[in-house]
Amino acid sequence: MRRMLFKSLVHGTLTEAAPAADEAALVELSARVKEAARLRLGRTLSIREVDAGSCNGCELEIHALNNIVYDLERFGLRFVASPRHADVLLVTGPVTTNMREALERTYRATPGPKWVVAVGDCARDGGVFSGSYACVGGVSAVLPVDLHIRGCPPSPITLLKGLLALLETVQRGANAGP
Amino acid sequence: MHPTTRLHDVIRDARIVENHHPWPRAVVSLEGWGQASRLLSTGEWTLLALWGECNQVHMALTDNAGNDLGVLSIVCEDKRFPSIGKSHLPAIRLERAIRDLWGLEPEGLADVRPWLDHGKWNPPGPFVGAASAARVPDGYAFLTAEGESLHQIPVGPVHAGIIEPGHFRFTANGEAVVRLEARLGYVHKGIERLMTGASVERAALLAGRVSGDSTVAYALAFARAIEAAHGIEVPRRAVWLRALMAELERLANHFGDFGAICNDAAFAMMHAQCGHLREQVLRVADKCFGHRLMMDEVVPGGVKRDLQSEDANHVRSLLVDIRKRFPELVELYDNTASLQDRTVGTGVLSATLVRQFGCGGYIGRASGRSFDARRQPGYPPYDALRFDVPVREEGDVDARIWIRIREIEQSVALVDQILRELPPGPIRQPVGTLSAASAREGMGLVEGFRGDLLVWLRTGAEGNIERCHMRDPSWFQWPLLEAAIEGNIVADFPLCNKSFNCSYSGHDL
Repeated sequence: MRRMLFKSLVHGTLTEAAPAADEAALVELSARVKEAARLRLGRTLSIREVDAGSCNGCELEIHALNNIVYDLERFGLRFVASPRHADVLLVTGPVTTNMREALERTYRATPGPKWVVAVGDCARDGGVFSGSYACVGGVSAVLPVDLHIRGCPPSPITLLKGLLALLETVQRGANAGP
Repeated sequence: MHPTTRLHDVIRDARIVENHHPWPRAVVSLEGWGQASRLLSTGEWTLLALWGECNQVHMALTDNAGNDLGVLSIVCEDKRFPSIGKSHLPAIRLERAIRDLWGLEPEGLADVRPWLDHGKWNPPGPFVGAASAARVPDGYAFLTAEGESLHQIPVGPVHAGIIEPGHFRFTANGEAVVRLEARLGYVHKGIERLMTGASVERAALLAGRVSGDSTVAYALAFARAIEAAHGIEVPRRAVWLRALMAELERLANHFGDFGAICNDAAFAMMHAQCGHLREQVLRVADKCFGHRLMMDEVVPGGVKRDLQSEDANHVRSLLVDIRKRFPELVELYDNTASLQDRTVGTGVLSATLVRQFGCGGYIGRASGRSFDARRQPGYPPYDALRFDVPVREEGDVDARIWIRIREIEQSVALVDQILRELPPGPIRQPVGTLSAASAREGMGLVEGFRGDLLVWLRTGAEGNIERCHMRDPSWFQWPLLEAAIEGNIVADFPLCNKSFNCSYSGHDL
């Protein structure tokens, strides 16, 4: 193990340079995130992920954000275990009728100010599952959504661009003062 | 001419159904159904799947060697059928699901609590319009445990990690788990209902989204079922490219699992290393096939995109990298006593249960059941490829890790062979309009990374899907997690659970 740790030290980092924040996401957010809600959050956002019926494809790519290549935490973005610690709900899936209540309760358990990011094409409008007796069809049918990140599933880079746009918007608000 | 199986020798009064491929299907009487039920409960045959239709119930069976396969159907008079679960435990949840979806009553089934139906569907009773909501009581009665100083721990459906939703109800005595019961169905999307009446193209999209981590395996099983039903010959190059994608999918998932299990024992370094290997596999998949998870790349009739020669070089350098780095990680796992202390002897699953449930994948193979659909019944190109199916007897978390390690080595060797021997030629046989004078039925059985998954379907006169059933390997794995955790401490549940890594979405559909 010591040999491997030493090798990692001299090898240099495998983490890649950050992409720029997504332009379209910045536009969507500036319309959504009101000045009044922009409070000082420091430079971090805590994220609670909620699978509301996804096929698990989005979860795999959200997971990848934590690997050493994307290293989400360097931006001050981190995943937390409880909605009570969260600023952002990252919601995937077409919102199944069986998950609707759990999603609503998770939202209510999250302290304000809070943001909701809908990840993936089926979180947008139900995607291929729209019209099913078992799906509500899109996160915005249940919660106010601040940002949609498209893709089936969105790649980690796409996710990162969207989340960086959210961070930038929140920080800009914070710098402008409450 | 239909092939006959030993199954149908046993069940004498069976009426063979026309146009069902590649294995036969027969409609049986009550007596024949009962006979099959006895063959299952004595362990002579293994249940592969059990699913419903508006007035029929079907079950797919195999002998224990996996050589002989067949489907038996029973017509349900008065919306009732004799329960298989009454004498064969693995069928219980499947029958509860049939009851929820089709309103068919399994006669003699002791556990009639709703399974997929949480009383929230709109409209309720998706296939039959039955008032299913009336059947769902407000509370869900979890199984009880009796004894002194017991307490319950409810977990989920929203879990602490970035994983799928489901509810776990632990009853513990201090640290020790006395009983675990899972309640699933939270991610039920009604995929089988959406499939009904869908065109083959749309149905293929849905099949690829049953379980995102197994998208290649599902697309493959669906395509093979369509191709079997309509006698479509897939070009050889496409068959080999499908195997290439399937093995890349297996590699990506096994790397992810290996790291994640170690991470649940707080060994973060392995997680970091394996996460990087997984990322490299996904990037190569993206370069070669245009999608990191290779979603929608396997289509009925072949594959969507050919492998370019420069992309083949990306795969080759990936193999070089894995062969250089992976042995060090295996050595690290093998030599870290603090890690082994957590995994060895934890979450032991008996060979008896694994055989009874027909539990596949790394879970079955870690407990002595060698079934691998690539071998038996087998499908091309694996008959032309050399590979071993690793099996262990211990049945603990450690064994499930070692099966993954050995399967990674096998998949690397398989990808290598595929690249060397990839035949030239076209990659897709145009499927065209699948019009047929009568209904045609097909079945596909494919080895995904998690185990064998089955797709059964019937196409109608327009060539659209009339009925499609998809059985995830997790149906026969989830119940065994409850057995494996018994007597272990609560803190070891994440390790046990991750070493199983069952699918929620694939199970809930």
